[in-house]
Amino acid sequence: MKSIILTAGARLLVALLLVFSVFMLLRGHNVPGGGFIGGLIGAVGFVVYAIACGTSEAREALRLAPEKIAMAGLGIALFSGFMAFVMADDPFTGQWLFIGATETDKGLPLSSVLVFDIGVYLVVMGAILTLVFALEEEV
Amino acid sequence: MSWLLSLPLFIPFVAGVVSFLLKDGPGGRWASVLGSAAMLVASGALMTTVLREGVVAGQMGGWPAPFGISLVADYLSAVMVVITAITALAVSIYAMADVEARIARLGYHALFQILIAGVAGAFLTGDLFNLYVWFEVMLIASFGLLVMGGSKEQIDGGVKYVALNLVSTILFLTGIGLMYGMTGTLNMADLALIVPTLENQGLVTVVAMMFMVAFGVKAAVFPLFFWLPAAYHTPSFSTSAVFAGLLTKVGVYALIRMFTLVFVGDISFTHEVLLWVACFTMVTGVLGAAAQNDFRKILSFHIVSQIGYMILGLALMTPLAIVGAVFYLVHHIIVKANLFLVAGVASKIAGSTELKRIGGLYATAPLLAVLFLVPAFSLAGFPPLSGFWAKFILVKATLEDGRGFVAFIALAVGALTIFSMTKIWAEAFWSPHPDNQEPKLSTLSKGERRALLMPIAGLAVLTCIIGLFPEPFVQFAEGSAAQLLDSSAYIEAVLGVSE
Repeated sequence: MKSIILTAGARLLVALLLVFSVFMLLRGHNVPGGGFIGGLIGAVGFVVYAIACGTSEAREALRLAPEKIAMAGLGIALFSGFMAFVMADDPFTGQWLFIGATETDKGLPLSSVLVFDIGVYLVVMGAILTLVFALEEEV
Repeated sequence: MSWLLSLPLFIPFVAGVVSFLLKDGPGGRWASVLGSAAMLVASGALMTTVLREGVVAGQMGGWPAPFGISLVADYLSAVMVVITAITALAVSIYAMADVEARIARLGYHALFQILIAGVAGAFLTGDLFNLYVWFEVMLIASFGLLVMGGSKEQIDGGVKYVALNLVSTILFLTGIGLMYGMTGTLNMADLALIVPTLENQGLVTVVAMMFMVAFGVKAAVFPLFFWLPAAYHTPSFSTSAVFAGLLTKVGVYALIRMFTLVFVGDISFTHEVLLWVACFTMVTGVLGAAAQNDFRKILSFHIVSQIGYMILGLALMTPLAIVGAVFYLVHHIIVKANLFLVAGVASKIAGSTELKRIGGLYATAPLLAVLFLVPAFSLAGFPPLSGFWAKFILVKATLEDGRGFVAFIALAVGALTIFSMTKIWAEAFWSPHPDNQEPKLSTLSKGERRALLMPIAGLAVLTCIIGLFPEPFVQFAEGSAAQLLDSSAYIEAVLGVSE
């Protein structure tokens, strides 16, 4: 089923959803949001695209197989847990780097927690897309 | 310390990721084998530390217990992780030749490694909710492995497997919720301190029964075992071997852990229930096996029957009985996984697992016959193999407890086990092949023979070693039983305070 309204709308929606998913991911550390919900929103973006233009187009837009994205995400999450090894902390202890920190200002905080969240983002997005693509192609 | 504890979890996960990314080539298989080998090294290191220092614990993320997630290894956990790694190594080598390229491309080896991570996680965790998470990891991975061929029987078995296991998981989760409501903690060591002080011990017993049913489904005890014989004969042989060896044993482990550490307030009730469950499990399992005519179905029912012995050890709760349960657990994993691996080779060269349709293996493949005899006789409890000592200790413990009738059941079930094993022996090995074929090992290529027979031989040697030199293993099981019956060392290691 191809609907011209959906296809035209999808162009706008997909871009918006993907940007919003990254926003949710980055926002997640201190306020509601994070890798899981971000990954879901990102997956919805590609799902909309798949419904509007077909799964083969969506797979092409994704470039990588969704299963591989999920597995790579698992690898990234594991890596973030492993970062603590270098600093001789317990596994999965958050490691922080404050760029440009002064006495009064924390500067730009970067953490292994964010790396873990990116991993979660990719796992959720990859897993959901694997399922949805498989179901869409079945029909 | 916490790194040593988490390495047996990190390694299979990393191996799974690498194996999945390389799944289209031979790299996927090798990543799985290397991962299992590395895990064996890591779990060996953990084992030596536990032997040297007693119970060790680590806090993930640096959050102190009981707030964070603790990983704990006492003797029982450590040996279970080692045996998991041994099984994983054997099966991952076997899978190199057993799993077709079509299925390997779907990510078989990666899922296998994730299953192993789930099993090892369940053995190492010291947190009830974390245990639930590992159960889920195992369930998802094992469902994937079960249905991977995509045939009708596989989907059928897989759906039964998942449906019953989901019921168990929901029950487990409900139990966890009630437990948390009563105590405000899910750390097992902390629970062991708080549960005896609760006012409403009746409710504790109710929750204990919920856990018993939840873990009972996982362990496939009477009357909750239906999913096991329905599912275990359908997937690839590597899958059924690792399932047979490890999955039900996670349920048994969880029962042993919870019913020696936390739920010890009303032993006269809970463990009496366990005792009867154990007896019925032994009997129904072995009778079910006697009615079957398929190699793998017979072995599947025998898993059920053997689970009964382990539960029996837990139910008696005497030091000797726990020794028997631990010894049985270790012996059983090796033997059972091995028998499924043998069934795989037999089916590959003789063409079926249906006993009526194969035969003549003794004459044409004597090596396989010998490799079958070792685990089969060990399972039946022939001296001097490992199963003899396991049964001997358990029966002795039962008699010492003054329960002659239960001991009689255990021995009778042993005799019926011999009956099933001789049935396989007579039909598959002694009687001639019905189609007058001559199944030979040489029909397999050299590489296949190596990958299929090496793990079988290795596990058989292990069975013989445990059988011929049982002393260190029994001593170890005694140490482990002492730790299980006196939980103060466990609690101290986790919480850093004594009781």
